[in-house]
Amino acid sequence: MDAEQGWRFLETMLLMRRFEEAVGTLGARGAFPGHYHLYIGQEATGAGAFSVLREQDRIATTHRNHGHVLARGADPGAALAEILGREGGLNRGRGGTIHLCAPDLGFVSTSGIVGSVVGLAAGAAFACKGRGDGGIGVALFGDGALEEGIPFEAMNIAALWKLPLLLLCENNSADAWGMAKGGYPALVHAANDLRAIPGALGIPAIRVEGIDPFAVCDAVATAAARCRAGEGPVFIEAMTRRWAGSAPLWPELATGITDLGMATGETPIPEGPHAEWFARNDPVLRLARLVLAQGGDSAARLRALDAAVCARIGAAERFALASPLPDPATATDFTFA
Amino acid sequence: MRTLSYREAVIEALAGEMRRDPSVVLMGEDIGAAGGVFRQTAGLFDEFGAARVIDTPISEAGAFGIAVGASMCGLRPVFEVMFGDFITLVMDPLVNQAAKLSYMSAGGFSAPLVLRTTMGVGSNLGPQHSQSLHAWACHVPGLKVALPASPADAKGLFASAIRDPNPVVIFEDRMLYTLRGPVPEGEHLVPLGSAALRRAGRDATVVATGRMVAHALDAADRLAGEGLEIEVIDPRSLVPLDLEALVASVRRTHRVLVVDGGARRYGAAAEIAAELAESAFDWLDAPVRRLAAEDVPIPISRTLEPLVQPDAARIAAAVHALVAG
Repeated sequence: MDAEQGWRFLETMLLMRRFEEAVGTLGARGAFPGHYHLYIGQEATGAGAFSVLREQDRIATTHRNHGHVLARGADPGAALAEILGREGGLNRGRGGTIHLCAPDLGFVSTSGIVGSVVGLAAGAAFACKGRGDGGIGVALFGDGALEEGIPFEAMNIAALWKLPLLLLCENNSADAWGMAKGGYPALVHAANDLRAIPGALGIPAIRVEGIDPFAVCDAVATAAARCRAGEGPVFIEAMTRRWAGSAPLWPELATGITDLGMATGETPIPEGPHAEWFARNDPVLRLARLVLAQGGDSAARLRALDAAVCARIGAAERFALASPLPDPATATDFTFA
Repeated sequence: MRTLSYREAVIEALAGEMRRDPSVVLMGEDIGAAGGVFRQTAGLFDEFGAARVIDTPISEAGAFGIAVGASMCGLRPVFEVMFGDFITLVMDPLVNQAAKLSYMSAGGFSAPLVLRTTMGVGSNLGPQHSQSLHAWACHVPGLKVALPASPADAKGLFASAIRDPNPVVIFEDRMLYTLRGPVPEGEHLVPLGSAALRRAGRDATVVATGRMVAHALDAADRLAGEGLEIEVIDPRSLVPLDLEALVASVRRTHRVLVVDGGARRYGAAAEIAAELAESAFDWLDAPVRRLAAEDVPIPISRTLEPLVQPDAARIAAAVHALVAG
């Protein structure tokens, strides 16, 4: 393992985690309206994937976007303000959690209609191909998106036109609400291996362990290189871990505020329904254990890193809460460009 | 001025904009070497090639999603949906994506694209190939909607729509494709949101959209022979709507009939009538009337299809009723 790369992944993943713990806490106390979705449990996939994407790449993502937008470098204060519907938000409070978007960071859109993401990203890939600057389109979506029709059509066209489209499916269906337990991947697909769907169109499809940022990074780097070389789309299925708090619509911080002591050994792993999460499935704790295994001053470095991230999120929260709500007089602004 | 058919005028607008702006691309089914099933892109593939006149599979939703994504990355797609009936298939990228991008991103994004599609009855094509669904698009905030009624307006509205930073939906009545009329050469822009006075008159105003303009002008000729002078106004775009010009006409004539080819219930005619009732009430000598298509699917049979949409005779009859009231 490249230890420094591990630390960089961990910083990104901790930023996502502490950010979403703030979101969950604010959501639980009613600080913002509406429902929301958290990325907890999938941080390693986002951190690994975004570490290899380039500035000229164009990305479309879904309602579960917080981690993606942060990994791309969005300001956490502006992101949190957007979730709170504030004027200081990334989109001046017009989009909210489901539509966090940062055009200047190369996001083309963030759609709550999950399958649509694939069409938009394929369009970005089409434009990138014409531009010829090596940029690629990236679609980030969950397994559920493949239950809709647009991904089938868009993947077919992308394969036909050899578009530089990287399809990153974060399959978080294991133990999902409403699903059959223990089956793969879900009751809702006749295909019992999602790779068979792009595979039928001749799109190379690989599966990667989504809890491992190094594995995701390698897979995305290989896939992106293929796209940049003009060889057409690639599909990656990242198997992510289901987090217990991922209730439909209103998540709750079921596993509490992440205690890095569970990685250092200072905090014993509690018995109970979440023991497996703490011991094995939480990607943040897992990576923390890996960097700690390097020994040396890593325990102190971990504490310092977390303190810095927490301070950043604290500042983001203060910024977001201090940001004004949009002026009612502007309610109809921006309907047209 | 030289004359062109409506179809030729659209092609001239597309070619002109493609020459002016290399980011303009055409996408659709059979629009490339085939030149379009209605010959509505004829010759463009020869001039601009497969990279800019792009045939898509029969995948309206996926392909239009691609057009929307591409429009956010520097291209200006003109996407064709062969029959207006098929816009049912592009509703997600149109309604949930393109229409909302500017608002959701507080102006950070927009989708500068044109969705062109056809509408209208008269070819015995039946219920799934004859609908006039423009009111659907009008009902979605963030979309602009135009219905060119003449060759010159077809050229001018297309050019303006392609240059517009917003998604614009253009409905072309297939029965107008062979209509000939004078069309300015070179650059010709008709701004969205400017109505055209087609015929001046004193006894009543007929606001007509798309192909209904031609029917209204026919009706005006007949009515003139009977001593009634009607004013015919074509809004040209329904979003934005040039309400001011419509109200100004009502102030001259004090009576108004709104004619639209879409279904009557909750349709474009209903909306325009409501706007006029609110804005021009003080100048009205009779209730605003509307004439639109029957609320039925479009039948295929020759004896039934002509009964569904307004025509010149029905418009003339409605004007008689209006001035008698």
